[in-house]
Amino acid sequence: MYDPTVARLTYRALLGRRRALILGALPLLLVVISLAVRGLAGADDQTAADVLGGLALATMVPIIGVIAGTGAIGPEIDDGSVVYLLSKPIKRPTIIYTKLIVAIAVTMVFSAVPTLIAGFVLNGNGRQVAVAYTVAALVASIAYAALFLLLGTVSRHAVVLGLVYALVWEALFGSLVPGARTLSVQQWSLAVAQKVSGGELVTSDVSLTTGTVLLVAVTVLATWYAGRKLRTLTLAGEE
Amino acid sequence: MAAEQSVRSPQTPATASGDTRIHNIGYRSYDGPRLGRSYARLSLYSQSLRGSYGLGRSVKSKVLPMLLFVVMCVPAAIMVAVSVATKAGDLPVDYTRYAIIMQAVISLYVASQAPQSVSRDLRFKTVPLYFSRPIETSDYVRAKYAALASALFILTASPLLVLYIGALLAELDFADQTKGFAQGLVSVALLSLLFAGIGLVIASVTPRRGFGIAAVIAVLTISYGAVSTLQAIADVQGSGGSIAWIGLFSPVTLIDGVQSAFLGASSTFPGGVGPSNAEGVVYVLFSLGLIAACYGLLMRRYKKVGL
Repeated sequence: MYDPTVARLTYRALLGRRRALILGALPLLLVVISLAVRGLAGADDQTAADVLGGLALATMVPIIGVIAGTGAIGPEIDDGSVVYLLSKPIKRPTIIYTKLIVAIAVTMVFSAVPTLIAGFVLNGNGRQVAVAYTVAALVASIAYAALFLLLGTVSRHAVVLGLVYALVWEALFGSLVPGARTLSVQQWSLAVAQKVSGGELVTSDVSLTTGTVLLVAVTVLATWYAGRKLRTLTLAGEE
Repeated sequence: MAAEQSVRSPQTPATASGDTRIHNIGYRSYDGPRLGRSYARLSLYSQSLRGSYGLGRSVKSKVLPMLLFVVMCVPAAIMVAVSVATKAGDLPVDYTRYAIIMQAVISLYVASQAPQSVSRDLRFKTVPLYFSRPIETSDYVRAKYAALASALFILTASPLLVLYIGALLAELDFADQTKGFAQGLVSVALLSLLFAGIGLVIASVTPRRGFGIAAVIAVLTISYGAVSTLQAIADVQGSGGSIAWIGLFSPVTLIDGVQSAFLGASSTFPGGVGPSNAEGVVYVLFSLGLIAACYGLLMRRYKKVGL
């Protein structure tokens, strides 16, 4: 199910040349901000939870997820070079599965690791805040990567669609319409984090069972459908 | 011509005298009027501006800009309807505040249209073709910059116009509303120039449209998120003096600072205290400097590209 050559090519496409620097700039900024906050406010559990929840989980993880998830397959479909990959005797679901693993790994490294570092900088993992948000980032990475990889195979405007989901649906509608929060990767991963932290500072609107079931369902369904979609892919010209 | 070639036997060397000649096959040079550099620049500007709303492109590429335009205008129409129906003495939102509230939509528009405007020229290597026409680097940069800034101005000023017309229909105070509308227009003009510059600089670095979109949105939203987080913490910590200085580091708070210092807007900074007049001057200089820097960076980028 896992093809090392496809994986190597995808890593190169995602992190090659200066792209790793662009991806690395966001986590670096998070750590710098945490240092600044620690310097301004000192170690405070509520502040740490606010920064990690508002900046790391709500903004950084989805953006890294969009870049890694759609970047794993989108550009290849866009410039048509995916035909060279599809014409090799590799199963289409294997290609998707391999690319998913790579996208998940990249998202985790560039979002969960800095979240953990930022958490320790902010309050030294007081009341498990850092670990809880890191777990949330890890879980969210899987779901985001699967979801945005699917978008990459479905539409050529995958990046915009992914950002609309992450910023408009989760952030804007999520804060205005309570019902929208039930259908949000962020809240599902927070449900897992709530369990880890003991549930005082980290809270979610969905229960742990709902969150886990939906996370698994979305990941599996998105991966399955992306594999299916790749089997019937039509290559369109540039607009 | 085929007949002449068949007459020549293979043994005859091609350089034999009397056998080579140049045929006049009727090409004629163009001696009509030439429209010149300014016309080419104007064409590039109008085509880029039309392209920003998908006009002259496929139906698929019209969907997103038009949708964002509608999303931008509908809340304004609803606000007008509400204030007319309830006979409120004032509009529910200031003209200057509207763009700040809708910043997510504006950011998405910049992120989707800036790469559309420049990245594809890089990717399909059409930039050298532009420069084979009588236009210079500065013409290309100015046309693209002006086109995106105009498109953004249309996007941000249209809802203000809806609010203004609605306010006049609701017979609110004419002088008051006109003043607010004018202040709002100045503010969104500055915002358009700033956002267009930032978007184009980032988009002109990458030939990949997807990366361009993600990078622009990341710069706009993460900088806003970081700045507002730091401001909130500075507010809680009681160091109110530093709030204004932190606000310099994100485009949205920069515009917010300028308009609350000079354009009569109420600040959205935590604590509701905008920059003072002296700090406001710094804000204005900083925004103008940023716009000039974006223009300079674009010029530098296109000095080298593809040639």
